[in-house]
Amino acid sequence: MTHTFVPILLMLLFAVVVAGTILGLNSVIGRHQRNPSKLAPYESGVPLLDQNRKRMNVRFYQIAMLFILFDIEAAFLYPWAVIYRGASHGPSGLFLFTEMLLFIALLGVGYVYVWKKKAFDWK
Amino acid sequence: MDSLTANVPLLLFLIVGTIAVASSILVVAMRNPVHSALFLLVTFLCVAMLFIMRGADFVGAVQVLVYAGGIMVLFLFVVMLINVRSLPHERMTSPFLLGGLAVGAAIFVLFATIVRTGAYHDEVNRPDLLRSTSTHITETVRAADGTVATRHVVRHHIVGNSEAVGSALYQDYLVPFEVASLFLLVAMIGAIVIGKRELSALEEETVPDFILERMETEADVKEVVNA
Repeated sequence: MTHTFVPILLMLLFAVVVAGTILGLNSVIGRHQRNPSKLAPYESGVPLLDQNRKRMNVRFYQIAMLFILFDIEAAFLYPWAVIYRGASHGPSGLFLFTEMLLFIALLGVGYVYVWKKKAFDWK
Repeated sequence: MDSLTANVPLLLFLIVGTIAVASSILVVAMRNPVHSALFLLVTFLCVAMLFIMRGADFVGAVQVLVYAGGIMVLFLFVVMLINVRSLPHERMTSPFLLGGLAVGAAIFVLFATIVRTGAYHDEVNRPDLLRSTSTHITETVRAADGTVATRHVVRHHIVGNSEAVGSALYQDYLVPFEVASLFLLVAMIGAIVIGKRELSALEEETVPDFILERMETEADVKEVVNA
């Protein structure tokens, strides 16, 4: 059952080992030169003009919040899709379909509200 | 070799569990809130692994999708919204330490009692129940002496975990599922109301400080040149 996840675990271990080896080798056999241009934020970019930690517009938060809500809606669709495939021909197929339609319609109301409030427009 | 392979799940649990606990302690111990948020991400991923190791694949996947993907972004934006550039080097302990420890201990006792004896304690230790759907049937049984009795039978079918969650959520728990959509709707409206406050003219489109400084110096230079 959870044996099917062993390849993912192996890949995770592989990634950790490879990344650790590369970083470790770099710090062991690499040369360490510290000069001002290497310590600059970006070696060949624009130097920092302003503070990097500033208060941000609340709209970023709003967009993130809306993203999570629709993300959760999508997460609800996965198990529904798994069982709908088997039940779509049976009598419970219509029930399942109506149920999910109601769910999406309720969130659709929210979608229309958000749309009308121009939350998706980035002025 | 056999004893080694048999102990791999336990070993994995110990490693992942230790990382989860250690990183969740670091979440509250870090001074930089962005570092706290990153350790929170590690905690979420470890908890997802624990869910998968227990056989709850769907919850593990949702943990990664929603928590590590979405809630994390929300936390980072909160960190950026509140201006926490420099926290004063205050002591790690506070007058609330004793109260906090008491509340923590109380919640621990609560969890321990629920997990030990309550509905979530898996007494028979059958993780395959997490991947089974059940059908309720009423059978009529004709006994040998001619009496007819009805018997209620629950049949378990072993399926995938997502399928088990699906059939429980969309067939047995229909109303909570639809209520969940109402919750999402409320949260959506709440998110709009948060951003609804119109910015005053002063806050809106303020010129960044560094440009203001530059303008001042340019004005100074011009004054000197003109004089």
